[in-house]
Amino acid sequence: MGNISNLPIPFLVLSFITILCALYVVTSKNPVHSVLALILTFFSISAHYILLNAQFLAIVNLMVYAGAIMVLFLFVLMLLNLSKDSEPVKSNLWGVAAAISAGLLLVIITASFQKTGIAIMQGNAPEIGLVKNLGRVLMTEYLVPFELSGILFIAAMVGAVLLGKRDGATVQEIMDLNNETDNA
Amino acid sequence: MLNIFQNIEISHYIYLSCVLFCIGLFGVLFRRNAIILLMCIELMLNAVNLLFAAFSEYMGDKDANGQMFVFFIMVVAAAEAAVGLAILVMVYRNTRKTDVSFLDSLKD
Repeated sequence: MGNISNLPIPFLVLSFITILCALYVVTSKNPVHSVLALILTFFSISAHYILLNAQFLAIVNLMVYAGAIMVLFLFVLMLLNLSKDSEPVKSNLWGVAAAISAGLLLVIITASFQKTGIAIMQGNAPEIGLVKNLGRVLMTEYLVPFELSGILFIAAMVGAVLLGKRDGATVQEIMDLNNETDNA
Repeated sequence: MLNIFQNIEISHYIYLSCVLFCIGLFGVLFRRNAIILLMCIELMLNAVNLLFAAFSEYMGDKDANGQMFVFFIMVVAAAEAAVGLAILVMVYRNTRKTDVSFLDSLKD
């Protein structure tokens, strides 16, 4: 294991921000704060990608995760109006059990690779992560998985629409139902 | 850009990814709000993505296979989030709750 004080400052700062934001996602009581902290986590992971010469992945990570998925989460959060009602408090026993399980997994994973050789990163060619190179690989070597992911997206879209549709109810009925539950 | 890596070993990225993954796992075990659960799953997927990108850099050869895998994981994660949130909205509509501890009707 390398000495931590030798590490470059950008890596240390980014890792610190990443872990801090991830911890806030998990521990925050307010779900909206969790979503915002997760967006910050994704931003710092994108910065890691740039450090790793994966420029296209950094942009895609920002657009897909921080742009699309987290906005979807935020929309659902606002739609369900959960921002102020807090979830029922779990007993501390649950927290201790969850922390022990996650900590044990951390210990096991890190211990399991202790014995393997450690090497300095060799470093990619800088142009390997650019969209030109990745697009060529995607359209030649990975053409079939690429098309299959398109089919997966269509299936997911149809599934999401079918699941989200309330069958047979008009907008007026939905609003009446919402009013009833608000009054109750 | 490359001189940044003179002191970074692959193990530092492994530690970082492990810590992120375990934070996500802790969230999945600890939280009850289904939306937070989905977010923790996204966090775990991102930890794995970071590790893929780090190993792609570590290999240092001319192919981009590791980065392609990250791309496909992102595709699957986007589809998973869409379907998961649709299921969540449906569950909320039927039970008025997003608490996963109430979703145990399959137990009976």
